[in-house]
Amino acid sequence: MSDTAIRVEKLSKQYKIGVSKQGHNTLRDHLAASLRSLLPSGDKTHHAEEATDTIWALKDVSFDVRQGEIIGIIGRNGAGKSTLLKILSRITVPTSGRAEVYGRVGSLLEVGTGFHPELTGRENIYLNGAVLGMTRSEIARHFDEIVDFSGVAKFLDTPIKHYSSGMKVRLAFSVAAHLEPDILLIDEVLAVGDAAFRKKCMGKMEHVTQSGRALLLVSHSMPAIENLCERVLWIDAGIILEEGEAKKVVGQYIDKVNQTLGGRTVGEYRNIGHRRGTGEVQFTTVRLINNAGLETREFMLGERILVEADFQAHRNVDHAIFGFGLVDAHNQVFITNWIGRREPQSLKTGDRGTFSIELSSSVLRARQYYVYLVVNDGTDVPFDVWDGVGTEFLVRSPADVESVDFWIGSDGALATLPIAAQIRRD
Amino acid sequence: MATTIQGPMVVVGPKKGLFHLDLPSVWQYRELLYFLIWRDVKIRYKQTVIGAAWAVLQPLMTMLIFAVIFGKFARIPSDGSPYPIFAYVALLPWTYFAQAIDRSGTSLVGNPELISKVYFPRLIMPIAAALAPLVDFAIAFTLLLGMMLWFRTPATWAVLALPLFLLLALMTALAVSIFLSALNVRYRDVRHAIPFLVQFWMYASPVAYPVSLVPEKWRLLYGLNPMTGVIEGFRWALLGTQNLDVRLIAASAVVVMAFFLGGVVYFNQAEQTFADVV
Repeated sequence: MSDTAIRVEKLSKQYKIGVSKQGHNTLRDHLAASLRSLLPSGDKTHHAEEATDTIWALKDVSFDVRQGEIIGIIGRNGAGKSTLLKILSRITVPTSGRAEVYGRVGSLLEVGTGFHPELTGRENIYLNGAVLGMTRSEIARHFDEIVDFSGVAKFLDTPIKHYSSGMKVRLAFSVAAHLEPDILLIDEVLAVGDAAFRKKCMGKMEHVTQSGRALLLVSHSMPAIENLCERVLWIDAGIILEEGEAKKVVGQYIDKVNQTLGGRTVGEYRNIGHRRGTGEVQFTTVRLINNAGLETREFMLGERILVEADFQAHRNVDHAIFGFGLVDAHNQVFITNWIGRREPQSLKTGDRGTFSIELSSSVLRARQYYVYLVVNDGTDVPFDVWDGVGTEFLVRSPADVESVDFWIGSDGALATLPIAAQIRRD
Repeated sequence: MATTIQGPMVVVGPKKGLFHLDLPSVWQYRELLYFLIWRDVKIRYKQTVIGAAWAVLQPLMTMLIFAVIFGKFARIPSDGSPYPIFAYVALLPWTYFAQAIDRSGTSLVGNPELISKVYFPRLIMPIAAALAPLVDFAIAFTLLLGMMLWFRTPATWAVLALPLFLLLALMTALAVSIFLSALNVRYRDVRHAIPFLVQFWMYASPVAYPVSLVPEKWRLLYGLNPMTGVIEGFRWALLGTQNLDVRLIAASAVVVMAFFLGGVVYFNQAEQTFADVV
């Protein structure tokens, strides 16, 4: 037998865009449309429009993956990376072309799928395992390891609706990590969980590849791609733009990104994956400050959190808007706040200032959060986005028990809670 | 774990034939099927006060209402059996069937994260929806045994044929379930239409009245409703009073098979876009 793990031949996937929105989602729409098409005049434009409203998410993509190979897949959002993984894991069917997949495919795209809040941790392990394609005996065999890995042993017989979201994620990951697939597909796994747990996951991934299985990793984190992968596919607009040795392709990709940001690029981005924008205005440092006025990364529940972000303008901009967001490890947005929507800032080259946000951690839960900062021109073009790297902080509950969970309504409701934000010019 | 990779090769590509019923892969995922049914049963009566008693209460209450309105007031004949047991015997498969199609409608749409994030044969979802209410059926069935003692209607040898009619009910539920689940992905109206469909279908089936009320010349046409065959079969097997109209059962069976194949064809065709539409 050959050592091929995946052979992809001219794989294409076409999506009809708009169909789900303006198309016939209900019988009534469908009937109405059928009637309309029977009428001689009708509005023909509507139909013509619909016919052209298709997009090739992937177009004639071909590549091979050998057993034991670690392939990185990079490209901007919407380039087709996730579609590719979805096709390889058989979730969606390609429009044309084919892929031969040798062995069981596991993916960490589907962490926690099938979890039911009313069922206990133990029950969910079995259910989730089955959803991922494990047999009952396989799950039973790995059960203790899974529980160990997740660290939720104490709450095994508690319905998971009482778990904190961190516990849920860890449990879900532990199940997925014990699937023992022949081919592992990962989409941005590195963003999940706290540092210690991420380290565990990396260890697990290394183990997977050492035992000769193939790994496909989609990530926006160029350092991670460079560190882990031998070969990289750069996908853009549904085609493979570049393929080859990791360092080379990543280098080309970063050059391209800097180019697209156009002549507007001013600052230099070392970590292209986590910072993006034109650089006309850039954040320089982010500080998290507690009640006592000290910089810290741990807050007691209820304590005031002051986030201060220094910025500097590298060009004259007359319409700078600052935004702030809090995201938890599960990429759930907790608080977003745009300030200056009503009062955009006008900045001159060299202007410095501080964007500060004050909030009470009593509106949060005992867990880890990441601070997101955005400054843009009020359109989709960001001057700078600082997406959570190096800005994580932990909220502890007084008893220091992680399972203590503070439910104060749905997560969405938090967005309306008042927080104070201001912009100060130096 | 040994890591020799000799797993099966899977070819991912545009879909195969029209009638392709991928039973081998459904079989391969039978444990998932089991867990989905188990989940459904477990969750259904969580945080309810009387729990699984609901399974008995539903057909029981309907039977009481029927017994008063149709049995007492309207004096609808019941083929010589006491009306309550006559109605309950029909309500058993009917309640099962109604629950199966009710759940099937949302079986795919209600689990978008399963459909858009993991692979498994999608057919598992409507199959699970059609199988799960069998548990309720079994619970409700125990009450029937009590009623048979109470009304002194002893079982005859015909009761041995009961599994056959249960199978017919199961196939009917599966056929409708497979079709409706896929249809509901495309047209969300279906979910709203299902309660009407169930109500309508019940009056078109001999639940509250005997087949003998239907004029002879319409009998065969009437038998095209597969639930007619199921209910007649249940009455014959359990109460053993009237003669079994074999033609009627045969008509029901043929229709069920046609339904089933049609459902599978439609499902296969619709399945390709599930992940994109759900």
